[in-house]
Amino acid sequence: MAQHAEGAYYVPHGSKWPIVGSLGMITMLVSAANWMNGSASAEWTFWLGLAILVFMLFGWFGTVIRESQAGLYNAQVDGSYRLGMSWFIYSEVMFFAVFFGTLFYVRALSVPWLGGEGAGAITNEVLYQGYNAVWPTNGPGNVGGEFSTIPAFGVPFINTLILLSSGLTVTLAHHALRSENRKWLVLWLAATVSLGFFFVYLQAHEYIEAYTELGLTLGSGIYGATFFMLTGFHGMHVTLGAIMLTVIMLRSMKGHFKPRNHFAFEAVAWYWHFVDVVWLGLFIFVYVL
Amino acid sequence: MSTDITSNDLDHAHDGHDDHDHKPKGFLNRWLFTTNHKDIGTLYLFLSLIAFLVGGSMAMVIRAELFMPGLQLVEPDFFNQMTTMHALVMVFGAVMPAWVGFANWLVPMMVGAPDMALPRMNNWSFWILPFAFTMLLSTLFMDSGGPASGWTLYPPLVLQTGNSLAFVVFAVHMLGISSIMGSINIIATILNMRAPGMTLLRMPMFVWTWLITAFLLIAVMPVLAGAVTMLLTDHFFGTNFFNAAGGGDPVMFQHIFWFFGHPEVYIMILPAFGVISEILPTFSRKPLFGYSSMVYATATIAFLSFIVWAHHMFTVGMPLQGELFFMYATMLISVPTGVKVFNWVSTMWKGSMTFETPMLFAIGFVVLFTIGGFSGLMLAITAADFQYHDTYFVVAHFHYVLVPGAVFALMAATYYWLPKFTGNMYSEKWGKIHFWLSTIFVNVLFFPQHYLGLAGMPRRIPDYSPQFADFNMISSIGGFAFGATQLIFVGVILHCIFRSKVKATGQVWEGARGLEWTLSSPPPYHSFTTPPEVSHNMVRHAD
Repeated sequence: MAQHAEGAYYVPHGSKWPIVGSLGMITMLVSAANWMNGSASAEWTFWLGLAILVFMLFGWFGTVIRESQAGLYNAQVDGSYRLGMSWFIYSEVMFFAVFFGTLFYVRALSVPWLGGEGAGAITNEVLYQGYNAVWPTNGPGNVGGEFSTIPAFGVPFINTLILLSSGLTVTLAHHALRSENRKWLVLWLAATVSLGFFFVYLQAHEYIEAYTELGLTLGSGIYGATFFMLTGFHGMHVTLGAIMLTVIMLRSMKGHFKPRNHFAFEAVAWYWHFVDVVWLGLFIFVYVL
Repeated sequence: MSTDITSNDLDHAHDGHDDHDHKPKGFLNRWLFTTNHKDIGTLYLFLSLIAFLVGGSMAMVIRAELFMPGLQLVEPDFFNQMTTMHALVMVFGAVMPAWVGFANWLVPMMVGAPDMALPRMNNWSFWILPFAFTMLLSTLFMDSGGPASGWTLYPPLVLQTGNSLAFVVFAVHMLGISSIMGSINIIATILNMRAPGMTLLRMPMFVWTWLITAFLLIAVMPVLAGAVTMLLTDHFFGTNFFNAAGGGDPVMFQHIFWFFGHPEVYIMILPAFGVISEILPTFSRKPLFGYSSMVYATATIAFLSFIVWAHHMFTVGMPLQGELFFMYATMLISVPTGVKVFNWVSTMWKGSMTFETPMLFAIGFVVLFTIGGFSGLMLAITAADFQYHDTYFVVAHFHYVLVPGAVFALMAATYYWLPKFTGNMYSEKWGKIHFWLSTIFVNVLFFPQHYLGLAGMPRRIPDYSPQFADFNMISSIGGFAFGATQLIFVGVILHCIFRSKVKATGQVWEGARGLEWTLSSPPPYHSFTTPPEVSHNMVRHAD
């Protein structure tokens, strides 16, 4: 193995994981498309594709972890990883921006237009007479039937507190890591992971209540669409973040991180703070206002 | 974790130091598992060339159908599938991957790095694409046919696509993932891998334009992903994003799409600006005029691209304030674009110019792209756009900026750097024949479409009124000839790679400056294994 002086370039050679990832991805997505179109067998190949993707992630990250543990990475590689994660989170911000933008657009512009505001006066007169454009709405067609919404200051508020405190515990874990206190590092990470999964549990509970008792479904007009897409994609990100935190916790237990060299921890912490901030936006604009 | 997975990756990991041009053995090792920026660049460029021919064949179907009025060759629905797929293939398959291919080849060499910052991810960004395109093109063979809504995928029309819609949406998702990973890699390389002395304002213009392009890509590809995801849920899961009865709004899709779509236009043209800014100084034997103003103009164009999207939707029904805002914002773009054209012309002014093929394509670009820019300015006038909207005038406009614009710049780049990539000179005679035939026929093809549009011929319709017959026939003849001319291009490239006997020097062009020309032709497998010192006179713009 080569020696690795600071300042020398590090270039990894040949990897089979990307092509494995592509095969997993295409298997999963072709199956998903067939599944949506009613193919019965596609469900199984969908899970197969997902399994290949997960296998790829284990293999690829495993390689990176082993390279990192072997001391192959210098400050420049660290810098590339930091830039990579930052810009990845930026792309995620833009993804959520679409759905927030959708929410703002319908609430500020298109729903009032349906109700006859501004240039929508004639349309309303001709097509949607009597439509009361008040948020929450499922549109002039009352699509999806009557529904009621989830009050902000119930479970959503508790979920806000949960995510905010998980942001605190992950920071405490970081402090423990920097002061080489592995016991508290693992304990605070365990607390963060538990809070993360507890959030997902409460969210799932809310969904069940929405579907069974409130009449609020994905098909409840524009309200149901924006509500479930925003909270759903956020919930998926929390789940993913909690899984990532679990991996970091397991690696902490194995003693992988050093007080001055632990970018994997930081990357996941950045990601966790990102889903935290998105939730604050959701709590304000989806639940409170 | 994952220690059970045996991998020999570790054994292959070396410092750049230890590799003296050791290409991996075996076809699969070389091309499927590669982490080398040049090999990945080559893969991108070949994929792009194939997509260029596939998308071009679709254009031939379109022009053949429009050769005469009346329905001649294909069913109207298939015609619409062709216009849709032609655009998707050309945008996502030909132009974008070609620029990523050039970025892969050139950015590490230009900034003095051994490779890209994240080489394994680089492989994945490429190897998603062949799968995504197979999925996209396979929809043409499905019972329901491919998407026939135009590449803009507007609802409610696109929601009438049958089973294939899900495949189209997932293909777009994959293309987006690939673009985002590719862009993250390019940004990390530019910001983190520059050799000592290669300060930001010493970087070649191609690197600058790609840095800004990559930023645009990361900003807008997730927006497209979100938009098509909403189409998917509206079609398959009963949401009402684009259904007015449920409180949604189909026009909202247009806003979201063009928030992606307008920056996307600049994603295709900004690297072209970079290439032209590399080539003109070389063959004018003068430094680029106004280097720093070029950088700021590029950044300004990128910023403005985010606030002009609704000029694609002037006739859809927007409040007057919106129409005016988007008109003025759009016209503002002509200021930084004008700065660029002025700088290019000033670069050539009193230069010792020679006219090798890359220079011919670059000059062709400056002239013909500017025509497309002017027709864009006409379209930006809201009141006038009510006449031009969805006519062949729009088709002529964007084909002028994309074909003798982006595609000419790609051809210029190919001729300019192919000797560097391969170590062989291309045939100057056939390159020049390619240029002149392309330039003549691209104008025969697209110039008459301006008149067709002004006279009111609508786009995306397989039949037309007999009054449009003459100009359509001229346009189609230009189209067939332009298409056939591109076979020369393929021939010149293949000849240069495999047959050419004339070896290229490392410098290749006497007037060229920049780090890539300090390497041999072809360059070593790992471009710079130790960081080069960047001295002042290696920098292209000595101003």
